[in-house]
Amino acid sequence: MPAAAPSLSRQNSPLAAFHDVGKRFPNGVTALEDLNLTIRAGEFLSLLGPSGCGKSTALRLLAGLTSPSSGNIEWNDRSAAREIGFVFQEPTLMPWASVENNVRLPLRLKGMSGRAADLRIDEALALVGLSEFRNAYPRELSGGMRMRVSIARALVTQPKLLLMDEPFASLDEISRFRLNDDLRMLWNRLGCTIVFVTHSVFESVYLSSRILMFTPRPGKIAAEFEIVAPEPREGNFRTSPEYGAKCREVSAALASVMGER
Amino acid sequence: MEKNAPAESRLAYFILPLLALAAAIGLWQLAVSAFALPHYVLPSPKLVLDTLIADRALLANSLLVTLKTTALALIIATIAGVLLAILLASSRFAEYTLFPFAVILQVTPLIAIAPILLIYLEPNTAVLVCACIVAFFPVLSNTVLGLTSIDRNLSDLFTLYGANSLKTLLWLRIPSALPYFLGGLRIAGGLALIGAVAAEIAAGVAGRGSGLAYRIVESSYRLNVPRMFAALLLISLAGIAIFALLNVLQYLVLRRWHESTLRADQ
Repeated sequence: MPAAAPSLSRQNSPLAAFHDVGKRFPNGVTALEDLNLTIRAGEFLSLLGPSGCGKSTALRLLAGLTSPSSGNIEWNDRSAAREIGFVFQEPTLMPWASVENNVRLPLRLKGMSGRAADLRIDEALALVGLSEFRNAYPRELSGGMRMRVSIARALVTQPKLLLMDEPFASLDEISRFRLNDDLRMLWNRLGCTIVFVTHSVFESVYLSSRILMFTPRPGKIAAEFEIVAPEPREGNFRTSPEYGAKCREVSAALASVMGER
Repeated sequence: MEKNAPAESRLAYFILPLLALAAAIGLWQLAVSAFALPHYVLPSPKLVLDTLIADRALLANSLLVTLKTTALALIIATIAGVLLAILLASSRFAEYTLFPFAVILQVTPLIAIAPILLIYLEPNTAVLVCACIVAFFPVLSNTVLGLTSIDRNLSDLFTLYGANSLKTLLWLRIPSALPYFLGGLRIAGGLALIGAVAAEIAAGVAGRGSGLAYRIVESSYRLNVPRMFAALLLISLAGIAIFALLNVLQYLVLRRWHESTLRADQ
């Protein structure tokens, strides 16, 4: 499968690493304890685990939206720490702004304007297939389209690292499958690193090159899975026996993680 | 309105209230003639209308005075309310220090403040200040609520892209606050008129006002009941006009994006 897996070659050097990271909130809840994990440059990493296991907290720590109570996060590529795109569980669009201006927001905040910004926006909208909807307002779009806008907004800065916090959890299955395919396509094409938080075994196996499974709170890494499958995965992978077998393996591991508590 | 309302029911939506209003006025007219009520007890609608036409120069002038006071009060209250709201929303210290004063101004009945203001201010200014005080609070409290009710994820996104507090204010807080602000403005519009009228009545004794409320007081001294009714009618119409105007403004500003302007069939 060498020609079909351009992404594997870029998955070696570490991009960032958590060293004994703990996060305790002021209300006394310990979300994470002694978390150690490495994010490899170029990989599609899923953080899989039950609700409230701290995987979203890990993502927020990575984005610099909150800081660890103990331990530290080491960046091999400091510039990646500043070039981050974030996609939330909800589309989180500004309802008062058109699709175009929502996508423009990160550029405006970074002080980029004019022709260069317009080109970036055109490109990002084309990537998610929403070029024709640039003048629409969020309320005029379906849930899946709103999520596409949210992804375009995250991609418009051409981030090295894309963080996604259960982005498709509230979508219907048809939209979710399509967005899964499109996200795989984008990852193959853009070559960025993606860290994807999800509680769906099926989604994580389909999307990822690697899965880290979290224990219930306080979250630690319980298991790790490499998903090796022919690229591109669109189409056949979801119905292949390998996919089914991997899902069974990951599900069993998840069940035993949950059963320990 | 109901989804897919048939044309008849949409027509009824406009016609029924008009019919009810016409019926009430007709009943009033009948009662006055049937019981031969003298005009200083209850003038007939016809007489009120005649008075409105006969005294039109005087009443139009008074209407203009009241409207000017109301509009000026609303503008001042809006500017002051929004500026103070931005200050309160951006600093806990300012909120704790200043908000109690706003609440005290709000809960103290205006009619009790007016005579005190009349000691220190000349009547026209006192009337304006009274109208400002009542119109100010809904703008302030709604705008503060709006400025602080921002989507947490959007706020995180602004942090992620290194937005400073000015950019966050301009591009996140103020647009988020807009629907709340406009809601406050709608309330403030009605209150500004009420404030102006109440203060004019309080100041009326000083004899220098010439607004509609002053006309009512003056006419009552002269037992000119039809003119009282005519002035009252104009105050009501002014209130309806202000309400309608602010509704249109709200619709125009929010129609593209806010849920409140969605029609049932969209």
